[in-house]
Amino acid sequence: MSTLAPAPEALTILIAEDSATDLLLLSTIVRRQGHRVLTASNGEEAVEVFARERPQLVLMDALMPVMDGFGAARWIKQLAGEELVPIIFLTSLRESAALAECLDAGGDDFLPKPYNPLILAAKINAMDRLRRLQATVLQQRDQIARHHDYLLHEQRVAKAVFDKVAHSGCINAAPNIRYLQSPYALFNGDLLLAAYTPSGDMHVLLGDFTGHGLPAAVGAMPLAEVFYGMSAKGYGLVQILREMNAKLKRILPVDMFCCATLLCLSTQRRVVEVWNGGMPDGYVHDIASGKRTPLQSRHLPLGVLSAQAFDDRTEVWPMALGDRVFLLSDGVLDTADANDQLFGAVRLHQVFAANRDPDRLFEDIEKALAAFRGEARDDVSMVEITLQPGQSLRATGPLYADSGQSCPLDWAVSFEFRAETLKRYNPLPYLLQLLLEIHGLREQSGALYSVMAELYSNALEHGVLGLDSRLKRNAQGFAEYYRQRNERLAQLNSGFVRVHVQVVPTEAGGKMSLRLEDSGPGFDVEQVLARPLDIDRLSGRGLSLVRQLSSEVRWSDGGRSVCVEFCWGALA
Amino acid sequence: MSVESEVSLDGKKLTIAIKGRFDFGSHQTFRDAYERYYKVPELYVVDLKETTYMDSSALGMLLLLRDHAGGEEAQVQVINSNSDVRKILAISNFDKLFDIN
Repeated sequence: MSTLAPAPEALTILIAEDSATDLLLLSTIVRRQGHRVLTASNGEEAVEVFARERPQLVLMDALMPVMDGFGAARWIKQLAGEELVPIIFLTSLRESAALAECLDAGGDDFLPKPYNPLILAAKINAMDRLRRLQATVLQQRDQIARHHDYLLHEQRVAKAVFDKVAHSGCINAAPNIRYLQSPYALFNGDLLLAAYTPSGDMHVLLGDFTGHGLPAAVGAMPLAEVFYGMSAKGYGLVQILREMNAKLKRILPVDMFCCATLLCLSTQRRVVEVWNGGMPDGYVHDIASGKRTPLQSRHLPLGVLSAQAFDDRTEVWPMALGDRVFLLSDGVLDTADANDQLFGAVRLHQVFAANRDPDRLFEDIEKALAAFRGEARDDVSMVEITLQPGQSLRATGPLYADSGQSCPLDWAVSFEFRAETLKRYNPLPYLLQLLLEIHGLREQSGALYSVMAELYSNALEHGVLGLDSRLKRNAQGFAEYYRQRNERLAQLNSGFVRVHVQVVPTEAGGKMSLRLEDSGPGFDVEQVLARPLDIDRLSGRGLSLVRQLSSEVRWSDGGRSVCVEFCWGALA
Repeated sequence: MSVESEVSLDGKKLTIAIKGRFDFGSHQTFRDAYERYYKVPELYVVDLKETTYMDSSALGMLLLLRDHAGGEEAQVQVINSNSDVRKILAISNFDKLFDIN
């Protein structure tokens, strides 16, 4: 006996046929082709056998007593569910309508009587191929569904972990921050972080990772850790940027990076310091004049350049109380309408111009986006920070419960920071950590850091670099001041700042004297202190702050040396 | 979207032209365009004349090409970009890494 293509694998085949002769004949043919045969002599029996034995293919006579082949086919298809169990009708019917009914009832093919063994074998093979295809499709569908569930689960976990890391800052607690982030913004790679520094300045980062979903969340975590950790310790933008860039460069693949704008808003100094690498323009909004100064992208994104090539230059802009900084992600500008036209900066400026109530700017922008596109995009991030007075100086670090029994109370230390160090190193976080070993000082850590920061920048900028604070009288001079500062610092090859710390116990508790010396020409202390404060809108604020926050300030050596004292009582 | 590449007769210059959207969808074809040459050209040119759109993953792909071409020493030119694409390259300051004209 010859068959064109032998079945690759033996099947279990149910034959339902009421004629005993036909049943015997057909069973013999099918068995010879290598398959296992089950038999039934009417439709009801066929359904029973199918339910019990689950054969892979059914040969079904159309006309049978008790239950005909059409009824049995419907039952069997229902029992088979998603699995494909091919049913081939055996029929002596000739009319088209009757043949069509075979297929309507769920039959997959029909075989006219009398049987041709060659055609029968070919049909069984063809139906087996279909059956396998269906099984493969189902298997793959289930696999995809499992992977999908798994991915969703992973994303939920990643998001939960990420939310804990990302929201440990003050983004929700600070009264002067408003932000809008679409719920899926994180999984489109947007990241918004905010934290206070020890001196009460505020650091804000709006970032945008290439890539979506998990890769973005994975990159966001080390970024958030660096941001919060270093901000809390008193590091400045430059050090934080360098650390973030180096970390991302090390861990991310070459084609992944993070566009970011990093800000430091200082109410005490009335300035905002900005670094923008790859983000759309942000804006400083001068409320009095209505003018918006763009904060342009001057740098490559974070994670692209090596530490050596990284450019950490920041820009500093003056701000008055009530002025606002506005940042946005490219989701706003890249919102497209039906014709693939982008919303763009021009339309954003139209919204700015039409905005009457600054508190409703986000709503105005959202409305404009919705009108432009018809619906809101899901990866829009906006944040606005207002310069507000009265961010009180906060204690950082844990206040240990051991009452300071083990803390050092009688010691002195001196440092000399020379030109090459002054260029690239900020010693303040290190000094602060050292001084916070004294438990009595911890409650004053904010004030201590602010005073140290002022005295250090005075020693460096006015002393070593010889910059005149009167330059900062207006906005232009302000920019010029920071330009000169960067230029002179880059060219610095001599000079020093010395820091002397002296800690002694007192009857009430203890006293710390901090003395800073610089290599500059000094200044006329009495004249500068006599200068009325309101004339210098942008300058001179530092010294009054120092006098407010420390118990005593003394200058000596023609203004080249300054000494402040901090006292504390016995700890409860 | 389609990516076509062409090597100059002397084998020293590889030009990759991207038509339509240059985004994550072109990732594999863009990589294939420069990875399949066993000989390393001296100069790579990315021709964006017919590129209508470019997203940040396309910027990532340019970084991959630069890395493949030797990183700091790489010579990669990005030419013929339209104003929208040029804006994206400008915001990211990619002119600091690539010769853009």
